Amino acid sequence: MSDIKTYRLSFIVLIALLIVCFFTNISLGSVSISFGEIVNSLFGFSDNYIVQNYRLPKAITAILVGSGLGVSGLLMQTLFRNPLAGPFVLGISSGASLGVAIVILGAGFFGGAFTALLVSKWSIVIAASLGSFLVLLAVLVVSTKVRDTMAILIIGLMFGSITAAVVSVLSYFSSAEQLQQYIFWGFGSLGNLSWNELLIFSIIYGFGLLLSIISIKALNTLLLGENYAKSLGLNIKQNRLIIIVATSLLAGTITAFAGPIAFIGLAIPHIVRQIFTTSNHKILLPAILLLGAIVMLVCDSIAQLPTSDYTLPINAITSLFGAPVVIWLLIRKRKMMF
Amino acid sequence: MTNQNQHIILKTNNLAIGYKSKKSHTVIASGININLFAGELVGLVGANGIGKSTLLRTLTQVQDPLDGTILLNDKKLTEIQPLELAKNLSLVLTEQIVSKNLTVFELVALGRQPYTNWIGKLSKQDIEVVERSLKQTSIIELKHRKCFELSDGQLQKVMITRALAQDTDVIILDEPTTHLDMYHKAYILKLLQKLVKETGKTILFSSHEIDLAIQLCDKMIVMTKNNVISEMPCNLIQKGTFNELFPKDLITFDEKTGSFKIKK
Repeated sequence: MSDIKTYRLSFIVLIALLIVCFFTNISLGSVSISFGEIVNSLFGFSDNYIVQNYRLPKAITAILVGSGLGVSGLLMQTLFRNPLAGPFVLGISSGASLGVAIVILGAGFFGGAFTALLVSKWSIVIAASLGSFLVLLAVLVVSTKVRDTMAILIIGLMFGSITAAVVSVLSYFSSAEQLQQYIFWGFGSLGNLSWNELLIFSIIYGFGLLLSIISIKALNTLLLGENYAKSLGLNIKQNRLIIIVATSLLAGTITAFAGPIAFIGLAIPHIVRQIFTTSNHKILLPAILLLGAIVMLVCDSIAQLPTSDYTLPINAITSLFGAPVVIWLLIRKRKMMF
Repeated sequence: MTNQNQHIILKTNNLAIGYKSKKSHTVIASGININLFAGELVGLVGANGIGKSTLLRTLTQVQDPLDGTILLNDKKLTEIQPLELAKNLSLVLTEQIVSKNLTVFELVALGRQPYTNWIGKLSKQDIEVVERSLKQTSIIELKHRKCFELSDGQLQKVMITRALAQDTDVIILDEPTTHLDMYHKAYILKLLQKLVKETGKTILFSSHEIDLAIQLCDKMIVMTKNNVISEMPCNLIQKGTFNELFPKDLITFDEKTGSFKIKK
């Protein structure tokens, strides 16, 4: 496999970009704070409430969300041998949506007293996790029975359709207020995490990332196709399970804490493949971690509309900003690489 | 021939192949007894649908035999762990590889996967084996080319090189000459013959190029409706086995030239 040294310059540029974007992201916001003040409070020389309890957790969330979604997209694209696959093909986001929909939209059924209790931050996180976990569990059970990886892809999509239908039914019986709340969750948000929530988020993210790194060799072998991989001694079922669990941990927690964020998981692997012109996962994975984090930081900086009080839905920004980039890359190179 | 003294690499005892379902067994061929020795080039021929692929799939542990046993280096095939099997048996399949964005070197290096560590880092020895394999198939100059830039013939050579780099006693190829022109068909089979001589490996391939196989193989396995015969090509011609390969209404086997002729 090509050496990591060949790509050293690209990696240095990406790391430098990440640092620049990180500080830019923290510097921008509705309240203007001087750069010196930001550096001081980041390193603990002074206490700036906004930086330490709002902007820093938000920037870290952006980094985790961007890198995690990028990696889970890569895992799915290689596992399903399909450039259109993303982190949500297994029905993870639809599962989360269903969980959240039941809590927000279904709250009416349980009566007014419970409504306030149910619709809190944590209950949404738990509902989203439970929802994606249950859908995932169903996909996993099916995947141990089904030999064909493509069939799992279709089954994941079918689960997505079912949950979408249930959400539609729930929406039909809901009040405008509840609908609005549900739609707002769907916009995605990076900014509402406390340090405690961030800690739990990071731990699960860490597990997912660890499993992804373990899978690097298997992913490279899968580039030959399943039959060749098998002839090279790879245990397909076991590795498929690890890859699916890694994706679910990453995409599942991200959706639970930040909402269903579109586009990043699908596009970042493609952008990295175009820049690095390789399919070697030993190169792709770290590059995707870096670029995913950078893109998410940039999108978040745009979303909070510098010097204004408005924050645009992050979900819209990622697509508005990212889709043209992918189109431009594909037109320029005239070739889709996979 | 002094084959009796040589080491038997692959051996089948009363092998029956076919498909199992809960209700019934569909036997495609049975009573197959094959002995493959070290350093033999073996061609597997037979009409479409006679079960060549099923036999290869059974020999490579993709599907289970219905009856009988397969011994690879005196060990039962069903008892060999997947990783151990990967060090004894490598494959060249008819299916396309998923990603052609790999360089030739990277693709061939994937053949070293059974020997590398958890993240797939190539040792000095692995790189030497890859380089040696690239030289043996004369594609060292393609080393840095991407697979999507290659012609079908070149890609087939790369896939053979990858199997070679896996460093196994047996290489099994499923129809390695399909989609190739006449020159490249001969080239690939001649290359296999050269590899057998140089490396002492056993190479088994299925093919429809019966006339080429007769000229190049040490042994041929002929599958007909009634039985599976493995013999040296000249013996098979004498016995008239090739005449039983196909329905006799269109083509006949010409023993003098060792090829099929259309009936006039």
